[in-house]
Amino acid sequence: MPTLAKPEDEPVGSLLPSPQQREKLRRIRGFHDAFSKYGIATAGFGVIFALMLIFVYLFSEVIPLLKPVSMEVVGELAVPAGETPSPTVHLTLDRFEQIGGRYSANGAITFFDANDGHILSRQHVKLPDEAVVTAFGRSESRKSLFVYGFSDGSVMPLRVDYTQTFPDGVRVVTPELAFPLGEEPIRIGGGIEGDYSALAIVDGRGGYIIAGGTDQGEIAMALFRTRRNMFTREQQITRTDYHLPAIDHPVRQLFVNESLRNLFAIDDQGTLYNFDIVDGTNARLIEQIALVPEGVTTTAVDFLVGSRSLIVGGSDGSLAQWFLVRDEDSGESHMTRIRGFRPHQSAVRYIEPEYTRKGFLSGDENGTVALHYATSSVTLKTLQVADNPIRRIAISPINRLALVKREGAETIERLAIDNPHPQASFSALWGKVWYEGRAQPEFIWQSSSADDAFESKFSLVPLSVGTLKAALFAMLLAAPLAIMGAIYTAYFMSPGMRRIVKPSIELMEALPTVILGFLAGIWLAPFIENNLPILFVGLILLPLGVLLSSLGWYQLPERVRHLVPAGWEAALLIPVVIMLGWITISASPWIEVLWFDGSMRQWLTDVGITYDQRNALIVGLAMGFAVIPTIFSIAEDAVFNVPRHLTQGSLALGATPWQTVTGVVLLTASPGMFSAIMIGFGRAVGETMIVLMASGNSPIVNFSIFEGMRTLAANIAVELPETAVGSTHFRILFVSALVLLIFTFVLNTAAEIVRQRLRKRYASL
Amino acid sequence: MNKWWKSGAPWIWLHGGAVSISIIMVFGLLLLILVRGFSHFWPHPVAQITYTLPGSAPIEVIGELRRSETLTGQLMREAGAPIPEEQLFVTRHLFKLGNRDVTGRDFTYFIDDFMGEWRYPRDITVLERREWGDFLGQPVRLLENNRPLNLAADELWPEFRRRLERSTALVDDIRHIERNVIGRINHQLERVRLDRRRAELRDRLTPELEQQLIERREQLEAHYAELRHELDDLYAQSRRDTIVMRVAGGDEVDIRLDQIVKAWQPNAMSVFAKLGFYGKDFLDFIFGYPREANTEGGIFPAIFGTVVMVLVMSIIVTPFGVLAAIYLREYAKQGTLLKAIRISVYNLAGVPSIVFGVFGLGFFVYFLGGSIDRALFPEALPAPTFGTPGLFWASLTLALLTLPVVIVSTEEGLARIPSTIRQGSLALGATKSETLWKVVVPLATPAMMTGLILAIARAAGEVAPLMLVGVVKLAPTLPIDGNFPFLHLERKIMHLGFHIYDVGFQSPHAEAAEQLVYATALILVLLIVALNLTAIQIRNRLREKYRAEGD
Repeated sequence: MPTLAKPEDEPVGSLLPSPQQREKLRRIRGFHDAFSKYGIATAGFGVIFALMLIFVYLFSEVIPLLKPVSMEVVGELAVPAGETPSPTVHLTLDRFEQIGGRYSANGAITFFDANDGHILSRQHVKLPDEAVVTAFGRSESRKSLFVYGFSDGSVMPLRVDYTQTFPDGVRVVTPELAFPLGEEPIRIGGGIEGDYSALAIVDGRGGYIIAGGTDQGEIAMALFRTRRNMFTREQQITRTDYHLPAIDHPVRQLFVNESLRNLFAIDDQGTLYNFDIVDGTNARLIEQIALVPEGVTTTAVDFLVGSRSLIVGGSDGSLAQWFLVRDEDSGESHMTRIRGFRPHQSAVRYIEPEYTRKGFLSGDENGTVALHYATSSVTLKTLQVADNPIRRIAISPINRLALVKREGAETIERLAIDNPHPQASFSALWGKVWYEGRAQPEFIWQSSSADDAFESKFSLVPLSVGTLKAALFAMLLAAPLAIMGAIYTAYFMSPGMRRIVKPSIELMEALPTVILGFLAGIWLAPFIENNLPILFVGLILLPLGVLLSSLGWYQLPERVRHLVPAGWEAALLIPVVIMLGWITISASPWIEVLWFDGSMRQWLTDVGITYDQRNALIVGLAMGFAVIPTIFSIAEDAVFNVPRHLTQGSLALGATPWQTVTGVVLLTASPGMFSAIMIGFGRAVGETMIVLMASGNSPIVNFSIFEGMRTLAANIAVELPETAVGSTHFRILFVSALVLLIFTFVLNTAAEIVRQRLRKRYASL
Repeated sequence: MNKWWKSGAPWIWLHGGAVSISIIMVFGLLLLILVRGFSHFWPHPVAQITYTLPGSAPIEVIGELRRSETLTGQLMREAGAPIPEEQLFVTRHLFKLGNRDVTGRDFTYFIDDFMGEWRYPRDITVLERREWGDFLGQPVRLLENNRPLNLAADELWPEFRRRLERSTALVDDIRHIERNVIGRINHQLERVRLDRRRAELRDRLTPELEQQLIERREQLEAHYAELRHELDDLYAQSRRDTIVMRVAGGDEVDIRLDQIVKAWQPNAMSVFAKLGFYGKDFLDFIFGYPREANTEGGIFPAIFGTVVMVLVMSIIVTPFGVLAAIYLREYAKQGTLLKAIRISVYNLAGVPSIVFGVFGLGFFVYFLGGSIDRALFPEALPAPTFGTPGLFWASLTLALLTLPVVIVSTEEGLARIPSTIRQGSLALGATKSETLWKVVVPLATPAMMTGLILAIARAAGEVAPLMLVGVVKLAPTLPIDGNFPFLHLERKIMHLGFHIYDVGFQSPHAEAAEQLVYATALILVLLIVALNLTAIQIRNRLREKYRAEGD
């Protein structure tokens, strides 16, 4: 080959790149290689990190619930002194935590800067001539309503309004006195003798009530109804006076609840007198109850926000919550002790409820202040402020700052409180709680209401029970159908049919659950309601019919039987099942007429079974449908991959195919089926749309198949868009999301590990 | 019999029965959706019946039969129907009566026993209206500017069709101006406001700029006034004609032609006319906009929203899923830790979708979105731009949700490629990255496609997380339009799945909307079944291919 030989003096004709070019190319390739390596690694890590972030983020939103409460003294102010020194009867704080208010026994109200204590303004309540203040009463803090009682027997109700103005874009809050019932002192009850020893005012449904009691045990009250004239915008006040039956002891404290149905009087022995004042002229003493044991007296009592619960502090330092519990038999409500809180070391001197939730502060004789939360019955924090007794405490409406006035002290302590989520304790989320107005401790989920005084009920038990209930009923349908189907498809079915059946059932998995939920809610639920017997008939008729047709098939001559090869039984059964289904449906009205007086639904109600149209049965059917393919697919793989030599060995030894299934296949593949059921269960637990659409979404705690439920997932879907970011409710919804995540993750991981082990075992067999 | 029992045949048949039941359930469900969904568009005949309840005067009923059912007599007696004691069963028919504004009840049950002969007069007309649902009745005469037209009986219907075409064209013009032209002006006005606010925030609001902005605004407002005038004119024209209809019972009702979307006389239509009508109705449904709180009209925004969201999701999920899979399979050190990571990633596919929604709302919308707003869109605050649920966050959440699907599928594809191919490439001197990008990845493309399609199918059917991160009942604008930057990632979207939930369960006229929901479900099912079948096809072809190459 002479043409290939190149003359030695012509190196330029070489097709190889020059060494420099090769070096360059090599560097570029090396760079590409490294770039691709690190680029891919970065992306890979990024993706894994993003997925891990889900865990981290959900945890981070939940952690604030677990943060311990803090309460500490952050400074003190000089007591804004009056011109004439006079003891403090009350202390307030506005909602921007800027303005404190000190109400003195001489009728002066001093507003001061809550940060440094300098006096902002001072107002005086107009006293009648030659009268002195003898008593003071207040309504719930959020109403900002007070009443002074004078020595001439008259009272002066007033309200403090904080008006906001924005001169030059800066917010300025000015406290102002308002007189909702007129600017002149008024007398209540007519001929009451002696000075008031207790006063109460309430702005309730239907008007104001002012009640007064004396050391002689007399109680009088006045009901003011205000009505605004539609045309003149003039306010008209009508008043009615009532005298209540006297009690034998001096009245120490009076309380009227917001519904204006009850008046509670407390005497010097710590006994509570519960009056029914619905009909004021015939006020009736319902009961007389000792709030504290013999030898102890009550030293401080106050309503929690909403005026449903009384917190009772005793001279022994005990603290307890009481409210009215309705007795089902008599229909009457009785004051009942609900729960106690961690007691103080000495007598409780003052109780200050929080504004928008059921917490309160208590101060005692030794100068200790404690922070409690009623619903979750916890004492969150105890703090020794000083040695002398606590006289008054004021907490701000946003519950972040409190002012404490001690007996005889020249200063007011500022307490900074960080207590954002007192509602969420372990016992409140998972235990039975006795909520206000309920007859006994219960599990309730009721997260929000329009009213500030609403007691939020955050029990996760109804939701968890609902979740399990929905998943269980779904599994009741899905597990047997899917596992049986999987065994048949993998082991008995002819390959030709399997090629059609397997993808068809797997296609079910791809069906959007919103469609299943829609069909279940709109089509299935009313259908089942009108044809209830089909369930029970179907449950009996279907297996029976299948067995009978099998028997019938074996009675046919062999010639006919051989027309259909083995492994096509399922195809033969399709018309049979359709027929049976049709029979079941058309028999339904006959059965209703024959045995259930024409309507099974009505019959159920008559025997005392509640029936909701959208119930666990419907959810079970629809969700069962949704998880069948999941279970089927995994279980089928497990059965199909049982090594052939095992089954063939069994058959060769003379076992029938069915004996082989029960003796060999099931034993070998059972871990796979177990993991299939676990994964199916995990899917049913987290399914949202079906439950949302096919259950009634009522958070009830029972396992009745004819009643609905609310699941964790559906609850998140319903409530999360509505709730305020960062609120307790928001975080509790995150808790439920985290519970779902961890539960399904653990379930799936366990299932995956079981499957991997099984795969290894198959490989070694 | 004994032999039969011992052979285990009953058990085998029972297991076979389970398969049959599952199969019947799948196909029965698909059939139900197909039949109900497709029948939505068919112009059903409208019957005229005299209905005589015992003890009350006969009434005339014009309506379309929706369904019939047989119930026990007892049930009906309890419901208050005057059924004789001895009668065991009662058949009742649900009729769609329309005329919601006239009678207040557009769906009513009638008991078969009290119904007279079913007649199908040819002149019964169904009017689909823009408000108040359908109207059923017989046309009496036409009015032009409130003066009756002198028309022969057989001229009435053709003349009505002609005039309806005219008014429909006018209404279309009005819609176009309102939706597109005025929409654009509003968008630009908002831009002017934001420009001004941005300049203010950055202390760059010079008098010249302010003058410029004012001029821009005045121009737009002038244009708007012009359009307003044009619109008033069009409105006046469209109100010219009115048709007088006689409803069941003989009362006459006036209906302005601009209130009518469509009119047909089902009893007079031939099969071919019906087929034509059917096709047109189907297209109107696909490409139309919803009306009456989504219970009427089309579902175009929902289809469009679903598709755009899924596309944005695919753009995010494909590169990341594929790269992660390549990393896990080709680069990462195989060991216990990697095994744990792999199981965790796979298991995320089984985590409830609502959990992803919660994560999306908390992390993407409130945390990331809030930060983006503060950094990039301070001029729009306090109205959030990205700090509120929207298209981008919905896509991102779904991308996270479907990542495991893509990773699993791609890894499977990579594992399936015979190592001989890889070794061959390396032996020829190719670097690892060259082997990967030029040999392995192209071979694994079908697997990636499968993964992507499965991801899309899952994403298109997912609703629960979307309710939290960006899907709404009614989005005023589409996420893509003619205004810069054309694709609006921050906008809220409509979605087929959510549409089903919303119309089926939250709408005031659930009964009237039922068929529409079936039709929507049908579209969604067709979309998803098609996607899945494609994925299965690709997977099968892939298996065949490697079986050939691996040998």
